[in-house]
Parts: sequence; C-alpha cells; structure tokens
Amino acid sequence: MKIIVLLKRVPDTEAKILINQEGTGIREDGVKFVINPHDEYGIEEGLKLKEKLADGSKVTVVCAGPEESTEVIRTALAMGADDAVHVCDPALSNSNPFTIAEVLAKAISAEGFDIIFCGKQGIDDDMAQVQGILAEKLDIPQVNNATVFEMAGDCRSAKLSRRIEGGDEKVETSMPAIISCDKGLNEPRYASLPGIMKAKKKEIRKKSLADLGIEGIPGAGRSRILKWLPLPKGGECRIVAAEETADAVRELARLLREEAKVI
Amino acid sequence: MANDVLVFGEMRGGELKKVVRELVSAAKIVAGETGGSIDAVLVGAGAAASAGRIKGFGLRHIYTVEDELLVNYSTEGYAGVLASLVGEKGYGYVFMGATAMGRDLGPRAAARVDGVMFSDCVDVRFEGGSLVARRPVYSGKLFVEISPEGGRPVFVSIRPNNMAPAVEIGGTTETTARPSGISREKIRAVATGIVPLAGGRPDVTEADVIVSGGRAMKEASNFRMLEDLADLFGGAVGASRAAVDAGFAVQPIQVGQTGKVVNPKLYIACGISGAIQHLAGMRTSKVIVAINKDPNAPIFEKAHYGIVGDLFEVVPLLTAEVRKMLQ
Repeated sequence: MKIIVLLKRVPDTEAKILINQEGTGIREDGVKFVINPHDEYGIEEGLKLKEKLADGSKVTVVCAGPEESTEVIRTALAMGADDAVHVCDPALSNSNPFTIAEVLAKAISAEGFDIIFCGKQGIDDDMAQVQGILAEKLDIPQVNNATVFEMAGDCRSAKLSRRIEGGDEKVETSMPAIISCDKGLNEPRYASLPGIMKAKKKEIRKKSLADLGIEGIPGAGRSRILKWLPLPKGGECRIVAAEETADAVRELARLLREEAKVI
Repeated sequence: MANDVLVFGEMRGGELKKVVRELVSAAKIVAGETGGSIDAVLVGAGAAASAGRIKGFGLRHIYTVEDELLVNYSTEGYAGVLASLVGEKGYGYVFMGATAMGRDLGPRAAARVDGVMFSDCVDVRFEGGSLVARRPVYSGKLFVEISPEGGRPVFVSIRPNNMAPAVEIGGTTETTARPSGISREKIRAVATGIVPLAGGRPDVTEADVIVSGGRAMKEASNFRMLEDLADLFGGAVGASRAAVDAGFAVQPIQVGQTGKVVNPKLYIACGISGAIQHLAGMRTSKVIVAINKDPNAPIFEKAHYGIVGDLFEVVPLLTAEVRKMLQ
C-alpha cells in the first residue's frame, strides 16, 4: 500500500504564546516548534500498518509548510517513514485550510495513495478542517478522531472507533480513506539513534506550487483575520482561608452559591 | 437567499442537542442585521418528531430529512443533505455546534458548496455589514476575530455553552419533510453504533460542572471522590494530562491542549498544579475553583476562588456542604 501521513509543524504545547508587535500573528522567537502532537498518532498508525502488512508498503510524509518544517519531517523519517514530500512556497504563508487542502490534494494525487493518516487537528489554528476539505477534493471517505483502526484482510475496508461526546462511535469505511487520529489510538514511538542516522539519507522531495502545476493561490480570499486578541485578564483569585478547613469550605460553598451563583 | 441563515439541528439518539438552541441565538444575531430569515434542518431518525421542540423559536421553516440511509450518521450523507439545501436555497450563513458531528461534517459540506468555515467560535457579531466571529487559537491561549470574504456561504461552528439559549417566542413555523437525495453509493464511511462511556456522566465538553483531578489524586480509585461531588451537579469528571498519563483516569476525560477544551459554568480543579497545556483547555470556564496544597501553584493565577489545602480533606467536606445546600 501507499500510506500517506500528513504533518504540521506547530509550537510546543508548553510554549507561551504571545501576539507579535505588528499584531498580525504570534511571536516566534524563543518558541520551540514540534510535530503537531496529534500527527504523531497518524505517523505511528501508518508505520504500524506498514509493519503489519510487511509487503513492501511504503509510508510517505506529506507536509505543506515553511522551510523550517524540514526539521519535523526529519523526525518523522527518523521514526521510520520512508520518504517525504515537502511543499514549501512563500505563497503558502498565512494560508487558510482550503488552500492547504488544495495543495495537499495535488501533492498526494501526484504521489498516489491508498490511505491517508493525519492528526485530528493542528494544535495551533485548532480548526480541524483540512482533512474534511481534502477528503472532498480527493473524493474519498473520511473518519475523524479515530481511537481504534483495524484494516480488513483484503485492505479494501476498515473498522474504526471515533471519539464523540460521551462515548465512541463505531464506523466502517471503504478504502481509500482519510483517517484523522486522536490520542488513545496508539503510543507513538520515539526516533531511535539508528533511525535518526538513517533519516539523514532519506529523500525529502521539495516542491513549489509551480512544481505541482498550481497557478496562483488556490482557495485563497475566503476570510480575513481582523484582530489577534490576548486573553482577557483574569481577576484576582480569592483564597478562602480559616483556622478550621471545614469553615473555609463552608465559606467557599457560600460564595459559590451567593456570589458566583453556580450552586 | 444570501441573507438567510440555516441552523443545523443536530440530534443524537433522536434527541435534539442542547447546543441547537444556542445556535438559534447566534442565527438571530446575524438575521437581525441581514434582515434575513432563519430556517433549520433536522437530519435522521426522529427529525419530524423533534421539529416540534424548536418550533416556537422564531424560525421561518424547519426541514426534516428522514431516510433509511440517514438512520446512522455518515459524513457524506449528512454533509450531502446540508450542502444540497444550502445550494438550493442559497443560505449565506450556516450554524452548527462545534460537536463531534458538527466538526466532522462542517468542513466537508463547506467544501462541497465552495464556502468557507469558521470552526469552534465562541461569539459572533455584525460589524460594518460583515459577520465577525471570535474563535480561540492555540487551545485558547489567544483569540482571533475573523470575517468572511468573497461572498461565499459561511459555515460557523459554535462551541457549546457560549451563547444564551434561544427561548420560545411563539409565531408560526412551517415544517416540511424533504427527500434526502442521497444514494447508497455516496456513503462510503458510516457509523454502525455507539459505545457509551462508562459512568453515564455527561461529556466534559457538554457538562455545566466539571470536577477535575490531577496527579495529586495519587490513584485511580480516589477519583470516586470527585465523582461524588460531580454527581451532585449532574456534572462530569475531568482529569489533567498528568493524571491520565499516570493511569489514574481515562483519556476521553482529559482536559487540556492535547485533550478536550471545556467551557463549563463551574470548574473545580483538585490537585491540579495548572500546567500551561491544562490551563489552555479550561481557562474559559465561567467560575474556576482551585484546591491545591501548594499556594504557589499556577492554577491559582487563573482561578476565581481557591483553598490552599489537602484535597483529600477539602473535597469530601465540599461535597457534604454542597449536598446540604441542594437538599
């Protein structure tokens, strides 16, 4: 099978995120960037599938992002992916999910594919849109937030669980499909030292939009960010204290009922 | 018409979701400015029966779409129904809940009609003749305000618990059963059933009250204490990543940047220090209570009320106190 895994470079979850001076985005200095954590589940699932099939199947990383994404692509290759396509073009800065989906659709179609794994959402924009738009562009089914994935023996369908409110939804899909992955699906492996050495020799095919036969910026001009806003300043925390804990708790309960009106 | 608004009346198990009334409120903000009308569409088994539940809310028209192919949820089936209705009636705005279903079908339907989608919005307003939606980014570490361009249909998913639910105002609403127009081969991925989470409590994303535990809970069985408090409110139990990684709690209840982002009326954090990735997931809660031994724990910077103390002493006392109040 040709297994595609999608990758995005995002700020680390522990990073403090501040608005830049121009008010047009975030300050990137001092921020550590990592593989989108949800994408790691996609990479792991792709690798697991390849190992299970053991028939010469190949895992190809596809990433549309800035120059610096090379680093996270190398990490995915070190985990065990075979090769990568990196769509890197100045025209893609500040792009919306429609643009990214159009570009990925072109790149993936050019590669060929039997299944696509990705994370359930990027932890930067938190939109969870690209996979749905991409599925529509490629005319394939989608399953979001997968926590269980079982490929049928003939590789023509799969059974999954996906996380919904208050439970798991069982889903069956035909192949090819795009699967977005959630925590719980697997335990992503770490890149081993030999893996890191090997990754240095693996091929990253860099493509511009022109290389993919794309003119202009597809999907652009749909929306505009008017303003970046910091969080409203939180009020002071009211520490409720008393000699006896029971008295403090009684006072807290009273405040929650009479002042905050939540009991 | 392009000034009209469509509300997706999400149902689970034949029941209309609570968020639908919030969507009607959001739709009213838009329709009030555009001068358009508000319609709703209910898809799947029980659609006709549920239509009555939102009839008196100022809607012009409710479309119900029932079909044996739509008994079980499928992205392609439901997005297909939504897209064909938007295409045919020319709605300028489509509102849905930022739920598992709304987040799954929204982008697909938006792509099908060449629209645009604003995900997980917490507020909408009109300014200078244009919709302005506010949405959290970086898991709520920042917000952006975003406007549509190019006159395409705008799909907006709204996070539950953010808008005041619409109330009944009477008036007449016409209800029409609509053929699905879906054929079997168009549905390639389909839900076959739901396995409910053990415990029967609401999901953390939908609960009004969440009692969460961190690493200081020490072991899984101690979460029973949090369940006792949560159950008094009909609330949910949550957990920090540290508690989940330590095996004290299951992943579906993890609150934070790599878990779920929640927005309850009351969030009680027990033995949670307040790592930035946890704060990102719960900081928009209306009232935050922190119970922690360490007076310097960062959670106190975000909390509205706090008790510095041992959670194993404080939580049972609080449970007893709340029980007394609710009697």
